[in-house]
Amino acid sequence: MMNKIWGVFIIAGILFSIVCGNVDSLNNEIINSPSEILNIFLSMFPLMIVWSGLMNIAKEAGLLDKLSNFMAPLFRIIFPDIPKGHPSLGYIASNLTINMLGIHNASTPFGLKAMKSLNDINPDKKRATRSMITFLVLNTSGVTIIATDIIAVRSLYGSVNPTMILSTTIMATIITTIFALIIDNILYKIWRKR
Amino acid sequence: MNLVKLGNYLIPVVVLLIILYALKKKVNVYDSFISGAKEGLEMSISIFPYLVAMLFATNILLKSNLLDTIFEFTKPFFDLIKVPIEVLPMAIIRPISGNASFAVMIDLIKKFGVDSFIGRLAATMQGSTDTTIYVLSLYFGSIGIKKIGHAMWAGLLTDLLSVIISIILVSVVFG
Repeated sequence: MMNKIWGVFIIAGILFSIVCGNVDSLNNEIINSPSEILNIFLSMFPLMIVWSGLMNIAKEAGLLDKLSNFMAPLFRIIFPDIPKGHPSLGYIASNLTINMLGIHNASTPFGLKAMKSLNDINPDKKRATRSMITFLVLNTSGVTIIATDIIAVRSLYGSVNPTMILSTTIMATIITTIFALIIDNILYKIWRKR
Repeated sequence: MNLVKLGNYLIPVVVLLIILYALKKKVNVYDSFISGAKEGLEMSISIFPYLVAMLFATNILLKSNLLDTIFEFTKPFFDLIKVPIEVLPMAIIRPISGNASFAVMIDLIKKFGVDSFIGRLAATMQGSTDTTIYVLSLYFGSIGIKKIGHAMWAGLLTDLLSVIISIILVSVVFG
């Protein structure tokens, strides 16, 4: 799947640029985009290291377990395959919580740790488990309660009420997440039969 | 109190609470931070190739104007089913690149006004979902998973649904 998407992006992009005579800007893009990407990485990775450090403190203090205990009743329904008290649940709980608070860069280390921890109980290390997929579907459906960056943009552009957007964002995010879990469940059953 | 200012307290308070709680539990906070940070460094390096691969491909696609051309061609169809075509680029770009769709959102806000229907819809769409393809490639890549099952389909279907739900909600709530 990743192979196809990646290949299609590049082939479609290059062919279309050539057909439209946009080769110059394409050329620039191929030459300049790696250093642009490095800049994105450089702005992102120190923050990831800071949050990995804080994450470890929270874990050693037992905060992650506390959070996952709090969410346990819900998690038993959403993630039936994860054994009770497994460390991955703590990482999943904190990843989703931090996403809800809208601190997106901080949530990545928790998410990656959750995946690593879920892979510990994966019998086939090359194949995604049901719990991994459910977790990522939840993660990408983006349960954001406070979209700080969007509110900031809205107030920058002179909205009469920048936070008004929260009502629709929160409703949309909740409805989408419920549907995401249903879609995930249905697709899981279809895929299992194949 | 205004929520933008309140939001600024969020991260400092979270950090403060973690450290205070850890000290109360007698955790060696400094040592613990260092060992976590080391792991974070390894993690960052392990996802770097996936980040490069994904951003490289999306940059080529986005700069080719292929998507814009598709939007032009499909405009009559979307006018017909009364979907505001202006937000279509956001809907397509949102699962591919968070930064690019954020830029599209700002463009739409500048063009149509922050409190217009389109402006509000763009903000709702930006806020109600995440960058599916990017997240899947990074998260599965970091642990070496090649067979991702129904993850991509579930993620993209959810994104499509989120667009539809955003359009309905913004129409109903803001009329």
